[in-house]
Amino acid sequence: MYCKLVLVLAVMLSHGSVWAESIGVSSKGADIFKKCQACHQVGEGAKNRVGPQLNNIFGRTAGGLPGAKYSKSMIQAGEAGLVWNNETLNSFIENPKRLIAKTRMSFRGLRKENDRENLLLYLSEFSKDDTKIKVLKKFTKNNDHSVDPSILSIVGDSEYGEYLASECKACHQNSGANVGIPGINAWPTKDFVIVMHAYKQKQKPHPVMQMMAGRLSNEEIAALAVYFKDLE
Amino acid sequence: MKLNRRIFMGNGVIAATTLATPTVFANGHGKPRVVVVGGGAGGATAARYIAKDSKGKINVTLIEPSRMYYTCFFSNLYLGGVKAIDDLGHSYGKMAAGGVNVVHDWAVGVDRDTKTVALASGDTVPYDKLILSPGIDFIKDAVDGWNLSSQNAMPHAYKGGSQTELLKAQIASMPQGGTYAMVAPPNPYRCPPGPYERVSMVAHYLKSNNPTAKIIVADPKPKFSKQGLFQEGWAKHYDGMIEWISSDFGGGNVSVDPDAMTVTIDGAMVKVDVCNVIPAMKAGRIAELAGVTEGNFAPVNASDMSSKANADIYVLGDASHQGDMPKSGFSANSQAKVCANAVRGSLTGSKVFPAKFSNTCWSLIHKNDGIKVGATYKATDEKIAKVDGFISATNESADLRKATYEESEGWYAGITADMFG
Repeated sequence: MYCKLVLVLAVMLSHGSVWAESIGVSSKGADIFKKCQACHQVGEGAKNRVGPQLNNIFGRTAGGLPGAKYSKSMIQAGEAGLVWNNETLNSFIENPKRLIAKTRMSFRGLRKENDRENLLLYLSEFSKDDTKIKVLKKFTKNNDHSVDPSILSIVGDSEYGEYLASECKACHQNSGANVGIPGINAWPTKDFVIVMHAYKQKQKPHPVMQMMAGRLSNEEIAALAVYFKDLE
Repeated sequence: MKLNRRIFMGNGVIAATTLATPTVFANGHGKPRVVVVGGGAGGATAARYIAKDSKGKINVTLIEPSRMYYTCFFSNLYLGGVKAIDDLGHSYGKMAAGGVNVVHDWAVGVDRDTKTVALASGDTVPYDKLILSPGIDFIKDAVDGWNLSSQNAMPHAYKGGSQTELLKAQIASMPQGGTYAMVAPPNPYRCPPGPYERVSMVAHYLKSNNPTAKIIVADPKPKFSKQGLFQEGWAKHYDGMIEWISSDFGGGNVSVDPDAMTVTIDGAMVKVDVCNVIPAMKAGRIAELAGVTEGNFAPVNASDMSSKANADIYVLGDASHQGDMPKSGFSANSQAKVCANAVRGSLTGSKVFPAKFSNTCWSLIHKNDGIKVGATYKATDEKIAKVDGFISATNESADLRKATYEESEGWYAGITADMFG
């Protein structure tokens, strides 16, 4: 189960072509938005209803629109730094309860990338001018979630990585065995860094991993990646 | 044969079996010497990491009386019929291959001037750095009517091994409709959710083997770790079986009579069939003998786990007084790595990295109904301070609870491999 999740994510992250296959058209997005309309309004005069209105959703802090009703967990996520952008909205819309386990939004999610892309393009029309370009860019070429290329290019200190890794090994076996908790040896460094940042930004669910990754600096994640890459 | 530490001492059957090779004591190669007392989550981890990472530059000796280590963590799962006793036993066989000299003996004294540890066999072991990880002992007269000689009639089962087996046997021979009582410990104590996981696991066993039996918990505390989660689980799986009497209802006003098998809670005497007395705790005795305790535990510096009383002595795990971390195997393992890094640095000049600590405690309420609580910590000038944490939520799905339990099994495999190689 775990292993599968990790693999799925790794595959999603490492194949940009998944996104590139088609560029969404926002009229399709308007159709998809019908699923949301029971609770959300967008466009001129949009008001908070069961859910918050979605004008300028891009750049908004999660749980942060005055007058809207939110779950406690959504407000906490916002306080912890969750801001809605391409990445976080994409992750949330795919499976709302995976990102925010106790969200009030009772919607099972859009499993097709294409649908999410179209929906985000549609919503981007009601956000600041440059948002649509950013959405398009995300879905056409940038496939590394929110990991900045400068972060991916950090070369980790393997000795520091070995020390930091001792903490990981309380659960992840040194032998690489998968027992209840996945083995993490010999991962390509890029995948390792992307997955750790996905935990750090709470895009990938798991309270222990979000906590552990949450306090690691970019350099520390790079150091761990280098160390585990060479661990058989 | 599995020997509990106390029984070992009490019967005087100390097999003075020093496995020591001459190099241990002679220090013929002039290498720096680290001596570790106690082969549990703190000590075994520290010994193994120092030996492994120093690549032969440091002589590491681990002093531990038992040849097989039975983990206290997961012992409740054995009581609940989820694990077998053999699942909990680990030998020190791989430690020697990892460069650790394992001496199966009791450390009975520390001379800080000559920097030596005295063993029950009469030998002395010199050290440059001494790491104490002795776990816990019980405070005398903490529970009215109970002392160590009562532990066969009323087991604590709060150290792994024979006591756990004894308690299990007593529960199994309870008459139908009988009563299991627990006297819970006051803070601070080893494994904060431990007594309540135990209550859950005893209920789990009784539910299928003795469904009319009762469980009474007399608690000197008004609340406990993961309380909402446990009580939700008790109502769901064991409705009506468990009575928890908090300090607000006299749960702290307790005396026991091991001969009559009675427990008196706030003036009301109850005849019980099993009585699990978990007394108040203090650092393992060797910490006291080394003169590093203040009150019941040993104050340490958060950056490297060194004793505040002596710079060449370090104290890990349950015995230490460090700040915000709970006393747990996970914590001890985490502290051991910070300590190992610092000790190695001070003896060989290797790089010392900043301290980072973490802990996660999983508990099992019912088969496949697992919960967890965890946090990360950092070293400040005064203590180990909490950074961030999480806890399972009430009303989680059965799938998530099952995944949490499976994760705890993964952790058990991980940490025991990390401790023993």
